[in-house]
Amino acid sequence: MGYKAKFRVWRGEGGEGKLEDFTVEVNEGEVVLDIIHRLQATQAPDLAVRWNCKAGKCGSCSMEINGKPRLGCMTRMSTFTEDETITVTPMRTFPVIKDLVTDVSFNYQKAREIPSFTPPASVKPGEYRMQQIDVERSQEFRKCIECFMCNNVCHVIRDHEENKTNFAGPRFLMRIAELDMHPYDVADRKDAAQEEHGLGYCNITKCCTEVCPEHIKITDNALIPMKERVVDRKYDPLVWLGSKIFKRSGSGSKG
Amino acid sequence: MEIERHEYDVVVIGAGGAGLRAAIEARQQGKRTAIVCKSLFGKAHTVMAEGGAAAAMGNVNSDDNWMVHFRDTMRGGKFLNNWRMAELHAKEAPDRVWELEAWGALFDRTKDGKISQRNFGGHEYPRLAHVGDRTGLELIRTLQQRVVALQQEDEKLHGDAEAYIKVFQECTITRLLKSGDAVSGAFGYWRENGRLILFDAPAVVLATGGIGKSYVVTSNSWEYTGDGHALALLAGAKLINMEFIQFHPTGMVWPPSVRGILVTESVRGDGGVLRNSEGKRFMFDYIPDVFKDKYATTEEEGDRWYTDQANNRRPPELLPRDEVARAINAEVKAGRGSPQGGVYLDVSTRLPAAEIVRRLPSMHHQFKELADVDITKEPMQVGPTCHYIMGGVEVDADTGAAAVPGLFAAGEVSGGMHGSNRLGGNSLSDLLVFGRRAGAGAAAYVDGLKARPAVSEDSVAAAKAEALAPLERAGENPYEVHQELQRTMNELVGIIRNADEVSQALEAVEKLKERAKGVGAAGGRIYNPGWHLALDLRNMLLVSECVARAALLREESRGGHTRDDFPGMSAEWRRKLLVCGASPDGSSITVEEKVQPAMRGDLIKLFDRAELKKYITEEELADFDALVRE
Repeated sequence: MGYKAKFRVWRGEGGEGKLEDFTVEVNEGEVVLDIIHRLQATQAPDLAVRWNCKAGKCGSCSMEINGKPRLGCMTRMSTFTEDETITVTPMRTFPVIKDLVTDVSFNYQKAREIPSFTPPASVKPGEYRMQQIDVERSQEFRKCIECFMCNNVCHVIRDHEENKTNFAGPRFLMRIAELDMHPYDVADRKDAAQEEHGLGYCNITKCCTEVCPEHIKITDNALIPMKERVVDRKYDPLVWLGSKIFKRSGSGSKG
Repeated sequence: MEIERHEYDVVVIGAGGAGLRAAIEARQQGKRTAIVCKSLFGKAHTVMAEGGAAAAMGNVNSDDNWMVHFRDTMRGGKFLNNWRMAELHAKEAPDRVWELEAWGALFDRTKDGKISQRNFGGHEYPRLAHVGDRTGLELIRTLQQRVVALQQEDEKLHGDAEAYIKVFQECTITRLLKSGDAVSGAFGYWRENGRLILFDAPAVVLATGGIGKSYVVTSNSWEYTGDGHALALLAGAKLINMEFIQFHPTGMVWPPSVRGILVTESVRGDGGVLRNSEGKRFMFDYIPDVFKDKYATTEEEGDRWYTDQANNRRPPELLPRDEVARAINAEVKAGRGSPQGGVYLDVSTRLPAAEIVRRLPSMHHQFKELADVDITKEPMQVGPTCHYIMGGVEVDADTGAAAVPGLFAAGEVSGGMHGSNRLGGNSLSDLLVFGRRAGAGAAAYVDGLKARPAVSEDSVAAAKAEALAPLERAGENPYEVHQELQRTMNELVGIIRNADEVSQALEAVEKLKERAKGVGAAGGRIYNPGWHLALDLRNMLLVSECVARAALLREESRGGHTRDDFPGMSAEWRRKLLVCGASPDGSSITVEEKVQPAMRGDLIKLFDRAELKKYITEEELADFDALVRE
């Protein structure tokens, strides 16, 4: 059942590094993260990789496998042919700390820039009453496991370091949409979404949606509806264009 | 080399549910609080909790209340629980869940707009607040976002978001430091760059979770290396109930690389059934005497219960986890297992496909992606997996305080709340209730101090030498020692135990302790997992020794401790706790017996005499009768 696979893994630190070749055993049912762990246990004990749950629930083991952002724990070896060389590199948008581990502090900084949930002062804990249908839109976005692959793949910042200051990335623009669609949130988030968090940079190419391991429809259900909410106050040509090109679902506005 | 140094009022180790809730409380009470965690912020093991948080809100069945929840918890733990903890937990869980909602959590709803509650093993009424099968993610994200909200508040007030609460992520604590008897700080290293770090702090809250990484087949993530258990032992605190380990009945069994990954109990709570290779719903054969009158005896009655709980009893698939895990183990051993060594868990013939995907989205996703199994069309194969340790730091129920002044513990790393077996859903609520209490306990302790204890330079030097030692040795690969420990514990101190095997395990652990002293870490200090594992080994070995020593002494079977050489439950043993401590140099473990305090009168009177009779001694029963006559 087992075979020897050819792996090329990016190794390095401090801004320098290179792809290193390995030949490593693969057994039935294994995922890429298993193979990285086997390399650690048998050939490269100091090979750095982030991981936690190994079940696709924590979003720690984001990496690029043959150039595509993936969770290492959810990428089965059976999706590759046995003679294929599998190239594993760190996420490109964030600075490398070592090997496959990147500095994702950008994301934590952006998280802190989004004003928090703001309920009306009059509602006490235990008094919240919400219908399932009204919480479902925000619940979809709360499935996010913060793997940061959407921010990694978004071309607004992937190859444009200069945009990082003014752009929260799909993950945190979706967070704004989540709060804006929360039945009890009373903060006005529309102007800030556009002016402070860079919603206007998004040109709805859906790269974030395609890469999301939780299959959240980030573009259709969060970013486009958020753009529509903003457009009440500002004209954004992309919303117009988007409404012509893409089929929308779950949109609608809270007012 | 320079050691980075910080001063805080409260240092919380661990950023899962208990750690975050403790930190939030300490900060809300005005304490400068550090959260130190091994992973990134928001990735802790709590994220993997699926089913829900048990809280007697009575939203689905208004007959539910804290007393029913208390009784269920004590029964689940086979009456070994610290009853004061079980009482506080049952009383306070609803407030803790409602509070999350005010911080932005979005639980699934009932028709009248309240928080929906689902059925779970051992709970008399639908009781678990949940979000599909990803409740842990909701809980951790909500607490994470609450921390951020407090930081935003501090930024406005003080111009510094991290003035009162700061997260030190990917940072491992290797030693607690003491001044005299009391805690004075914590020492560790940054995983990212290997630099050393020291916290001067009079109060430390341990919230490091469990020990599952000492076993091969486990639902636990890499972080679960028993750090808090070991730090507490080495600081002079005591651990109780270490022999009780919960093997969750349903872990994935195939493919091998995912063996042990959790399959949520919600599958059964929502109607899923267990079958053996003969197609039989075997759980009807495994209802123990103590639960005989509470569970359905026919499939028809069990099935009716899902829609009419007033007139039917629960199906035995919803027995407490220890019972179900042993039953699965027995079926497989008797040759009635599935091809890959488990049994079948089937929801596909029980619910419409769309309903399965709605209620169990991550299970659907997990099986499809990792095992090529569509759970809406075919049964899953499942088997027991090491999931949770009931044992942990002996604490004061009200404050979370350990025996060492300044040391607190909450969540899985603490012991007592769950007795010999934890009910599903009682973990998330435990984290919230006792996380808050430990945070408040630490804050009150700091308020009561006349002077801050000082960290001694000697203790720092010793901690530094210990942390750097593996890097300075060219020794054995730590992965090999770890794998052997995992095999040893899995095979010899697993779900079914006996004196011979546990003794063999102790001998093996002794040898592994020697080998661990010689392990070396190749490479440098920057993000070096070999080095990190070499340091974690000390903790896993100490904890494994506690588990094995206590398991050898307890000559009965109860909850998460099954001895095939002592298969019965003993009323005498119920009154005894086994207390583990470390020798002063930390090289060995001692175990002492301690009497379990008798339950308070108003609490024991919540039970029927007939039920108590199954658990307690004649002497205790006489006391109960006297109490009732008064």
